[in-house]
Amino acid sequence: MRTTVCLALLFAFCAVPTTAQSLDDPRVGLGAGLFDAEEAIWNLSKLSTTLPPEAFVGVTNSDLAFKDKYAIQGNYNGVLIWDISDPATPVLVKDYLCPASQSDVSVYEHLLFVSGEGFGGRLDCGTEGVEEQVSADRLRGIRIFDISDITSPEYVANVQTCRGSHTHSLLKDPEDDENVYVYVSGSAPVRPAEELPGCSDLAPDEDPESALFRIEVIKVPLGDPTQAAIVSSPRIFEDLVAAPSHGMSPADIREVEAARAAGAFIIVHQGQSIVLPDQYVGHFMGQWMAQEGREGDPTAADSADFREALTDMQTMMAGPDADGGDEEDDGPAPGPTQCHDITLYPEIGLAGGACEGYGLLLDIRDPINPYRLDAVADSNFSYWHSATFNNDGSKILFTDEWGGGGGPKCRADDPMEWGANALFNLEEDGTMAFRSYFKLPAPQTSQENCVAHNGSLIPVPGRDLFVQSWYQGGISVMDWTDIDAPKEIAYHDRGPVSAEQMQMGGSWSVYWYNGLIVSSEIARGLDIFRLEPSAHLTANEILASNTVVLDHLNAQGQPMYRWPSTFYLAHAYLDQLERGGSLTATAVVEARAALYQANASEGNDRLQMLNHVATLADTSQDTDKAALLKETLNALAQ
Amino acid sequence: MPLLKVIAAAVLLTASPGILAAQDSTEELEALYWARQKEAMSRYTPADVEFMVGMISHHAQALIMSRLAPENGASRAVEVLAARIINAQNDEISIMQTWLSDRGEAVPLVHIEGLNLMIHMKDGQASEHQGHQHGGHGAHHMPGMLTQAQLEELAAARGAAFDRLFLQYMIQHHKGAVTMVEDLFAQDGAAQDEAAYKLASSIHVDQITEIARMQQMLSDMDL
Repeated sequence: MRTTVCLALLFAFCAVPTTAQSLDDPRVGLGAGLFDAEEAIWNLSKLSTTLPPEAFVGVTNSDLAFKDKYAIQGNYNGVLIWDISDPATPVLVKDYLCPASQSDVSVYEHLLFVSGEGFGGRLDCGTEGVEEQVSADRLRGIRIFDISDITSPEYVANVQTCRGSHTHSLLKDPEDDENVYVYVSGSAPVRPAEELPGCSDLAPDEDPESALFRIEVIKVPLGDPTQAAIVSSPRIFEDLVAAPSHGMSPADIREVEAARAAGAFIIVHQGQSIVLPDQYVGHFMGQWMAQEGREGDPTAADSADFREALTDMQTMMAGPDADGGDEEDDGPAPGPTQCHDITLYPEIGLAGGACEGYGLLLDIRDPINPYRLDAVADSNFSYWHSATFNNDGSKILFTDEWGGGGGPKCRADDPMEWGANALFNLEEDGTMAFRSYFKLPAPQTSQENCVAHNGSLIPVPGRDLFVQSWYQGGISVMDWTDIDAPKEIAYHDRGPVSAEQMQMGGSWSVYWYNGLIVSSEIARGLDIFRLEPSAHLTANEILASNTVVLDHLNAQGQPMYRWPSTFYLAHAYLDQLERGGSLTATAVVEARAALYQANASEGNDRLQMLNHVATLADTSQDTDKAALLKETLNALAQ
Repeated sequence: MPLLKVIAAAVLLTASPGILAAQDSTEELEALYWARQKEAMSRYTPADVEFMVGMISHHAQALIMSRLAPENGASRAVEVLAARIINAQNDEISIMQTWLSDRGEAVPLVHIEGLNLMIHMKDGQASEHQGHQHGGHGAHHMPGMLTQAQLEELAAARGAAFDRLFLQYMIQHHKGAVTMVEDLFAQDGAAQDEAAYKLASSIHVDQITEIARMQQMLSDMDL
């Protein structure tokens, strides 16, 4: 082993793990209970909690999908279909018993897709499981149902895959109306070839057909889903051996600059500045002096020259070691073999892949051949779980499901960077630039499994709001409009399922769907909420968000939200100008009155009022927001 | 496993489908919930038990290795990695102990003194492997476990030498855990229990991910 080694290791450490939770949060100390746990709620109102039906109670509720007025809830025992047109009393219209974990669900038109990964899933939907390690009865992959009559799904096809389907993502190619594509994410071990011919878990250089290091793309002909089949297995991880790093956060950069000002030695390694720890300074300096032929104890001049030479030193040190001091074979090249989730955003042609130790940005404009644009890693991230873009595609967030969702990772002494969200800007060159972390700010008990999990954007115009599940940490709404200072603006939480021991529970996933916040509670059933106005979110902003109407929603297929031009929208932007403080109080009052009058009038009166609001908007320094308002006013004037 | 069939049949009977409205009172559903949790706890095989018992010792050795990092001059990178391993594997040990005790199985209790690992079975059986005593409670059967000599070598290493050895040995150790999961999954009837499947799958993906990260850290050391 050479002495140059420690240098490169240092690059991975940006943020020092910290804990920064508030112990006087109302979510601390909630009483336990399965169906009667104490609850804390802030800036949301709960419309209903509906317990699972008898055949499904005590069995894990998983992900959600939505179609028309229905919420489709996966459960390890099958699928539950709820009519949520009256959110205060959801009506179960179908419970389809067909066990498999995780039963993650997606819909497209008349088709419903369900993931199966666990060993007990059967082709015939039987509840008896599959005991044998190799069996012709086992289903691991995608089940396809025809839901033309949603109250009576018809099980029409299966596609078996080597690693099963932990989750999946549905992609509709805007260019292709005949087919829909399913990207399969499976993180479980590869099944034996005796069970599914062709499955191999050898390294790709030993077997090019290996099920590792690839994802699977299934093409489903909408006219004949029985013909659904795997059409490609893109190796989107290929050559992912360099050490991508998510870069330094502004706080890290400040730290390095402070250290530099205090006289520390700074090395630039792979584009990142690193403070050389004292224990290494002497060592490197000695090495450098020897190479330079300098003798004796280092002088101030030596020290100054050393500082200058530090950047070159990296190259210099790489030289002698380049052909490898390391003879040992440490196994296959590093890099992920699978993704956990891939979030597809077809309208911007991008996907975010959360793939073991990496977050990937993919180009999906050719659905069968996605390819990688960029990759990031993060020493604070354990297991990259899922991705969500903001609406205009200028940011992406990744979640870290540290511990797999079964561990209590939100205790007061768990670091705030572990099991959190990491937020990135999408730069114009197609790379991702790290900005900050966000983690549920309320500490949870050791009896509560808690870590970052699934969520969706809330379509509040002009802002980036994300509602998210934290398992037994409850649900939390994060405002990441200012990506450097994400903050919580609403939440709901229950006490643990059991006070005595950890019992799996909490919100598996929560999504905004047509004005409702719908959460799949692992143990407690289906929760439905509505946003409530607060200092962080006005009634107008909520009303404007409710003008967005979706006919379906799949969590991993992100739709682009578009707001019809309404007075709600204009009021929402005006409220935001007020909150931002860039309009005088008088201008706000005047503009608001003019908007009300415009709404109540017609013809020229209306035009005059709208013009008046536009003139007032022009006095704001927030020209971007003012432009959004004026665009809306223009549309209202038409 | 005839046991499995009997239990599966029992679950099938109680889990009668087709009830469209949740007419049952909350109390009845709660009773059903806990009954089903209890039922689910009988759906396991000896292979599952062996896996849990073995993995507790396996994880305990990872704790011994990781606890050396701060004292042995590990770099910040390795220290953070070690801290994460301690947090993760401590939690998993406790999940596995609960899993065993919920099912009335003997529970290995972990005692660590320096480099010595002592496992006491809660039902009174005790087994120890400490000092130079290799083997003990199946340790030599478990893939990836360090020998006592390797542990001592690691404990004696300092600074960059510690970093490198820690990464090499932890990769070896993690690979062993991955093999243990794959061996479990290759047995008839194993990991059918949801909790066992979830735990084993999480160990599998987490440690594969961490192996990749450690390999990357090692290859960075060669720059």
